[in-house]
Amino acid sequence: MRPFDYQRAPSAQAAAELGAAAPASRFIAGGTNLLDLMKIEVERPETLIDISRLPLDTIEQTDEGGLRIGALVTNSDLAADPRVRRDYAVLSRALLAGASGQLRNKATTGGNLLQRTRCYYFYNPAMPCNKRDPGSGCAALEGENRIHAILGASAHCIATHPSDMAVAMLALDARVEVLAADGSTRTIALGDLHRLPGETPHIETTLNDGDLITAVTLPAPPGGRHIYRKVRDRASFAFALTSVAAVVELVDGRIATARLAFGGLAPKPWRDRAVEEALVGQAPSPALWQRAADMVLGEAQGHGSNDFKIPLVRRTLASVLDAACAGEK
Amino acid sequence: MQMTLAINGADHALDVDPRTSLLDVLRDHLDLTGSKKGCDHGQCGACTVLLNGRRINSCLTLAVMHEGDEIVTIEGLGTPDALSPLQAAFVAHDGYQCGYCTPGQICSATAMLAEIKAGWPSHVSDDLEGAPELSAAEISERMSGNICRCSAYPNIVDAIADVGRDRS
Repeated sequence: MRPFDYQRAPSAQAAAELGAAAPASRFIAGGTNLLDLMKIEVERPETLIDISRLPLDTIEQTDEGGLRIGALVTNSDLAADPRVRRDYAVLSRALLAGASGQLRNKATTGGNLLQRTRCYYFYNPAMPCNKRDPGSGCAALEGENRIHAILGASAHCIATHPSDMAVAMLALDARVEVLAADGSTRTIALGDLHRLPGETPHIETTLNDGDLITAVTLPAPPGGRHIYRKVRDRASFAFALTSVAAVVELVDGRIATARLAFGGLAPKPWRDRAVEEALVGQAPSPALWQRAADMVLGEAQGHGSNDFKIPLVRRTLASVLDAACAGEK
Repeated sequence: MQMTLAINGADHALDVDPRTSLLDVLRDHLDLTGSKKGCDHGQCGACTVLLNGRRINSCLTLAVMHEGDEIVTIEGLGTPDALSPLQAAFVAHDGYQCGYCTPGQICSATAMLAEIKAGWPSHVSDDLEGAPELSAAEISERMSGNICRCSAYPNIVDAIADVGRDRS
């Protein structure tokens, strides 16, 4: 691990100022992804700003009937929160499908959103990677790409965003609260936090230097059935090959509302509102599920060892929508 | 950097490089070698310790971040003359072969039983809001952050189930 200057931020504002002022700085909270990457020197911060003691670890009711989740709330505490279990079950399910008990106890809400891809080539400094070393090329395009993207990727990067939590939050229309170094605050729709790679896969978010995520807000709970289905290479403690977060409301045998978000398919949590609109007003049927899958996968492109994801998404989506409409959990 | 860490009920004054993981402090600076280094990347669970009562991977956190926290290692759970219930159950059920993962398994299981008692659901819980069961499926899922390369899993699950049943 490279040496770094360690600083404890006395306040969120001080953290944001330090982050903007110090070159090549990183915030550290849970550290489960950052330290892993620092050990192999993929991450080489010169200044490490410890934000773990800031008072951003509570979950509060909002005036709109939703929840405001502090950026330092751990994945464990969020998954176990009685309000989340009752009203946002898709989020509890997504969190519990991720990582291990030990990691969930450390990993935070803000850190989970900003975790880096698990692309094997990003993790291997001996290989080219445009995300790690801009301009060096993408070894995954012609290499092993079982876990890689079929949607939203580019000729420069086909890495996926690994989060489960963010997929459920995207389906729930979450917003991200950000504090900037100049003291201003803003909120970003979660769908606008991550950028697609294009020609600059090393620029992963729309955050500026020093921007500190302080909270994630959820609107009032959506009714309907909440399902998070994760398909992976082993039954526990593995990243998604694909996942589907679904919140579906059925009224008189027809779909009244449908929220669908996908993980493991793209450089960011993926949502396609045209698909949701196409489902509304329709009666559940296998043919409808196939039409929805056709729409989701319209632009999908496999790269060899991840070609299987295209039929896998089709089957997973059909299975989830069946379960959502049959009343299964 | 100078720091004081509270480990197994005693304060330890240390002067270590800020890069030092909690695991390396335990093993290399305090001679608490019960916590093991397996992968050093949070994947195997051999380094599991309790931080303020919760299980974490001590390899994936910096020691300097834990001033003021209560850290408990396998050495703090029991002694050869006074085994903790889980330590005794692992012996009774032969919950190991080489033993390298065992301290992490026992620290992890200690906190995991507390999580069940607190009503935390898991990925395999049918009901997010009901009281979790202590089934083999639940134990396996909740312990998936602890790898046993000898694959002593059936006996590990039996040992944990025994202690869990006594508590509930």
